[in-house]
Amino acid sequence: MRVHSDPGGTSPPAIVFDHIDKRFGAVHANRSIHLAIARGDIHALVGENGAGKSTLMSILFGFYQADSGRILIDGQESKITSPSDAIASGIGMVHQHFMLVEPMSVADNLMLGHEGGFALAGGRKALLAKLDALARDYDLTIEPDAIVSDLPVGLQQRVELLKSLVRDADILVLDEPTAVLTPGEADRLFALLRDLKARGKTIILITHKLREVMEIADRVSVLRQGACVGTYPIVDTNEAALAEAMIGRRVHMPERADTLADDEPLLTVEALCVRDARGGMAVKDVSLMVRPGEILGIAGVAGNGQTELLEALAGLRAATSGSIRFKNSDISHATPADLHALGIRHIPEDRLRYALAYPFAVWENCLIGADDEQGSLIARQTVMGDAARLMQAYDVRPADPLLRAGALSGGNQQKLVLGREIEQRPRLLLVGQPTRGVDIGAIAFIHRRLLDLRAQGVAILLVSVELDEILRLSDRILVMQEGRIAGERRAGETDERDLGLLMAGIA
Amino acid sequence: MDALSLIQILESGLRLSVPLIFACLAGLWSEKSGIVDIGLEGKMLMAAFAAAVAAFMTGHAWIGVFAGMAASTLLGLLHGFASISQRGNQIISGVALNMLAAGLTALLGHVIFKQGGRSPPLEGAARLPELAFGQSAMSFLAIAAALLTALALARTRFGLRVRAAGENPAAVDNAGVSVTRLRYGAVILAGLLCGLAGATLSLGQAAGFLPMMTSGKGFVALAALIFAKWRAWPAFWTCFLFGLLDAIAIRLQGVALPGIGAIPVQAIQALPYLFTIVLLAGFMGRAVPPRAAGQPYVKER
Repeated sequence: MRVHSDPGGTSPPAIVFDHIDKRFGAVHANRSIHLAIARGDIHALVGENGAGKSTLMSILFGFYQADSGRILIDGQESKITSPSDAIASGIGMVHQHFMLVEPMSVADNLMLGHEGGFALAGGRKALLAKLDALARDYDLTIEPDAIVSDLPVGLQQRVELLKSLVRDADILVLDEPTAVLTPGEADRLFALLRDLKARGKTIILITHKLREVMEIADRVSVLRQGACVGTYPIVDTNEAALAEAMIGRRVHMPERADTLADDEPLLTVEALCVRDARGGMAVKDVSLMVRPGEILGIAGVAGNGQTELLEALAGLRAATSGSIRFKNSDISHATPADLHALGIRHIPEDRLRYALAYPFAVWENCLIGADDEQGSLIARQTVMGDAARLMQAYDVRPADPLLRAGALSGGNQQKLVLGREIEQRPRLLLVGQPTRGVDIGAIAFIHRRLLDLRAQGVAILLVSVELDEILRLSDRILVMQEGRIAGERRAGETDERDLGLLMAGIA
Repeated sequence: MDALSLIQILESGLRLSVPLIFACLAGLWSEKSGIVDIGLEGKMLMAAFAAAVAAFMTGHAWIGVFAGMAASTLLGLLHGFASISQRGNQIISGVALNMLAAGLTALLGHVIFKQGGRSPPLEGAARLPELAFGQSAMSFLAIAAALLTALALARTRFGLRVRAAGENPAAVDNAGVSVTRLRYGAVILAGLLCGLAGATLSLGQAAGFLPMMTSGKGFVALAALIFAKWRAWPAFWTCFLFGLLDAIAIRLQGVALPGIGAIPVQAIQALPYLFTIVLLAGFMGRAVPPRAAGQPYVKER
């Protein structure tokens, strides 16, 4: 293990991005980015979606070539034209969407591209020895013969990280590593990163969670619209300043007013059980209720039954047992059309699958689910005008109803869906991951709209994996863990740590 | 049925299953790497034709076999170019291959031999000789090919990479391995194996080339591949089962069954195909194809 001491401050940075410039057609993804990563640092890279972080890292890993500019590794210019060049230069990448072959074993995944000869047997022996050593050094045990798809997400991430470590990577790039983890798992990951740093590894951490940056990074660089707007030592900055640097202006996150009066529940769910697509029981014996003018937040790590619960409530998935009532009518077997008639609207987690037709124009997408009163013929002028007004009112940019929905950014797509559903004047709104893939400015907008609806007496059921969002918006919070309600909390009587324990199934 | 005719049926079952085995293994390699190969039929037909032509011209069966392998591999490369390099639709490219082979063999056969598309009968050294148990060398090669395929997929670097390319090509690319080269490698292997399948038909089972002599065997092989859930040994046994059915059907021709009477030849010949449909429709669990099969690999931004 190399340990890099640098008493005189003379050794070159681990990586220098020297004026990297990259365009994809009309999109200027990287604008002459100049950035140095010091050896042995944990260097955070923050920026909104589309700020150019992924492009920059893809260039570092050899997926793309920069149009101009150089990459220096340890002061030497290096031509990285493929992932194998990057691996040879000691760069390892932990992708947000793991690059794992799920039906294969852990060992097969770790060996892929690094098999150590024609027959796998020899390489496997070397790999197992290496894994033993890593397990001793870092407390990173793994069952080599386990099938990846059988492992929980936290362990899959460990396999992804081990891929770099067994190749002796000195520079590790982690792309949004905590997006899929519980707060507890994230803490463990951070402990590991500190360990790796202590042994001389250089770590680049891509994230949008500014609290994490403040907690673990030594230095942070902010990208905005493809340009690097600054690099700051962590001691010289704070979350608010970073947020402002990321979006170029100050954003005011809306505040939730006090809880309103206790009314009769609008939505009552009792002992609901729902199976997932593979037939396993995803929602187990869930009971809950939502009152008018109240936001009920459902927290949990992704994949703990929230998706199936929401789909069952929205009439997209049949419940196995239990009942769902809206006021006094039973809606356990209602179709989405029945729910619309009652004033129940759904903003789905998966915009692409359930909310928008990407190849269709925005005005056409505005009609989806809202076409009941339009009759058979579409009055194009009227509809176009309505769509334009909706885009204006919900800040969907660019406000052109003829644009393909797929051409909008994630945030603008989400505002479009939000606007379309809110315009139907719902009494109950089911909302899934409203700010996934959405930038900070749009998050503030969406949160404000949801709070407005709450003030108007609409009942809102909010499913989110973002604890910030849950804590900021909800009057009451339910935590789902392995399909069950692990606990209920009132707003103001809980915090991230408390919810994290419930999410992990510890409390 | 006595012991002797049972052995005869087994022998002829193996003989008849050999083209299926080669074709099925060809499909296995191709699809494991992520390239759907609906053109097995066409490649086999082309190989059968090229093998017959070369064997007729030179009088040597093995030269015919190599010619068949070359012709089939060329067609395979065409499929590879369309679906790997040009990222075309693999189904369409496969169908085009089948149509191309059907047309080309008919046309060239007519031009070369002027016998309505068939080749003159092959004799002596131009045919594959019987070695043992009523089998030509091809039967033993087929068993060896199944063994090698199973071993290579499970235990070698190339096998591991091919499997990974069919499931998650991005992971392969990310590990610094070229998906394109892997898939071309698998497509070439598939071409060679289909070549053996076609040569077996025209040089072993028949004495020469007949128009459309593959008669859907490429599709039966494809069905066997699905039934075997993309695994080498189950593929071998499924093909053997289909071969046995064929042998039994031949045996049953002209035999009067009690209570039914003589069954029309056509009905008996349809038996293996009917059986295929029944097997595929009812008697198999969920067969999950390689996840990336059929999808051209495009690097994401």
